[in-house]
Amino acid sequence: MTRIRGWLANPWGRPRFLVLITWGYIAWSIVPVLIAIQFAFNSSRSRTIWSGFSMRWFTWDPSDSVKNDPDLRHALGQSFKLAGADVLIAVPIGVLLALGLARWRGRGAGTSNFIMLFPLVTPEIVMGVSLLLVFTHIFTFIHTGTFAQVLGHITFSISYVVVIVRGRLFSIGRQYEEAAADLGASPAVALYRVLLPLLTPAIVAGAAITFAISIDDFVISQWLSSGGGTVTVPMLIYDATRAAPLPSINAIATIMVLVTLLTVLVGFLAYRYFTRGERAAGGGMVGDMAAFDI
Amino acid sequence: MYPRWLWPSFALPGVLWLIILFVVPFYAVIGVAFGTIDPILLSAVPIWNPVEWNVGWVSEVLSRLEPGGDFWTVFVRTCEYVFASLGLSILIGYPVAYYIARHASRTKSLLLILLIMPFWISYLMRMFAWVNLLAPDGYVNRFLQFAHVIDQPYGFLDGKSSTVIFALVYGYIPYLILPLYASLDRIDKSQLEAARDLGASPLQAFLRVTLPLSKTGILGGCVLIALPMFGDYYTPNLVSGAPTTSMLGNQIDLYFHSTSQPTIGAALTILLSIFLVVLMGYYMITVARATRDLESV
Repeated sequence: MTRIRGWLANPWGRPRFLVLITWGYIAWSIVPVLIAIQFAFNSSRSRTIWSGFSMRWFTWDPSDSVKNDPDLRHALGQSFKLAGADVLIAVPIGVLLALGLARWRGRGAGTSNFIMLFPLVTPEIVMGVSLLLVFTHIFTFIHTGTFAQVLGHITFSISYVVVIVRGRLFSIGRQYEEAAADLGASPAVALYRVLLPLLTPAIVAGAAITFAISIDDFVISQWLSSGGGTVTVPMLIYDATRAAPLPSINAIATIMVLVTLLTVLVGFLAYRYFTRGERAAGGGMVGDMAAFDI
Repeated sequence: MYPRWLWPSFALPGVLWLIILFVVPFYAVIGVAFGTIDPILLSAVPIWNPVEWNVGWVSEVLSRLEPGGDFWTVFVRTCEYVFASLGLSILIGYPVAYYIARHASRTKSLLLILLIMPFWISYLMRMFAWVNLLAPDGYVNRFLQFAHVIDQPYGFLDGKSSTVIFALVYGYIPYLILPLYASLDRIDKSQLEAARDLGASPLQAFLRVTLPLSKTGILGGCVLIALPMFGDYYTPNLVSGAPTTSMLGNQIDLYFHSTSQPTIGAALTILLSIFLVVLMGYYMITVARATRDLESV
């Protein structure tokens, strides 16, 4: 009680119960995942009773490990295939769209901007249903399957790239390009030699985030899947959870967590590297992180 | 300095992509919802011309959405789950965001990294983790039995509404805390000091300065997590699977995947979208305003 009164009297003091809530929340949000990761290394077939450390579910179980179960291996491959294709196509389209939308003033600019924002707020199930129906009734030459999944992933990724790149465009302003033009650069040179290097951190961040959201996506992959060979890792986790999963599901989920965290970490470090000269001007790490929260 | 056609032509591929694969697909949903069903193949036959639309299926869904209908029950349940989850998320999220924005000085970067962590762990993985913990022989049940709170394992995963709400909070709260943190972090400390100097008690200062200034963050964050929650079907499926906890998203999923009645599924999707457009509009206007502020700086 005295603590609460002490906090009320001096809100800039150390509020212990807020500390408790905050660390409690952090533990609550992360510990369950750590426990799931722990059971990836379980030596028995249980996901709930620990019986010692082993790499069984990653490598040596003859039929059910990630290495030896063809379904698991294939799902891993499918997830990477979709994420890779997504990055290769969504990032260039998104970067161009961000540039276009940030600077295009004229008829159609407002509407285009509006259309760009919509995928960010549309519930995934609505996108899933509409893409499924468009592929079964209008673009019937595209069947559900890997190609449809790639198209779907790109559709929801573009807007994320735009938001990240556009944020960066606003923060760098136009003065560098204007200076380049004053010094005699042609528009093409100003774009290529001035704007592109300045945008690199945002492009890298956009690529990392696109990869991460694509690899973690479940809904779009599921709605556009044609079963069998188009199952991704999140779909596999979903199906297995409702059946009777083995720790190999924990193992493959662990691999995905590591891949995603590694991607984001690499993206983040690259972002820091490309903006290293700007840190003195303020912003700092918290500012950098703004690029990583959507 | 740049030719005038340059920027629109940069935007062109992206805009075309989104028109072809985002706007047109939505029209496909409308066409199917207002279409008919092939009597022999039992597959949907979409009708593209609005003049010829068959309103039969949509009006059937609408009549089941009236009080007393089966969709009405699901709709009410969905709203209950979403609002309960929103309330709980704010109760947990606000103090956390407040602490990190206001008080965490040395640990701020670490806390922010830990806060962002769940974003990068697949949602399915996070749900899967809880399914393991809440299983009859999972850690939670074994702990409760060890502590003599319960004698028999409690069936957390046997269609309990509370489990679904808990899972929704767990799944979406990170997306609420971050905008909350951003809006709390932006508050100028001198405004609080001014309130205190003018005689406001700490509580008054919080209620009349901090809280109003963080209102946009609260609302924005709530909209941001309410939208996907309204379309969620995998969370209830994973932690319950019982029809007694099914949400609107589950109905849509059911009509497409289990019973092949895509027409009803499409009609439900459209009604859900119309319902959510209000929320989307609010969010997009806020974003557009923030973008404009950025541009004007």
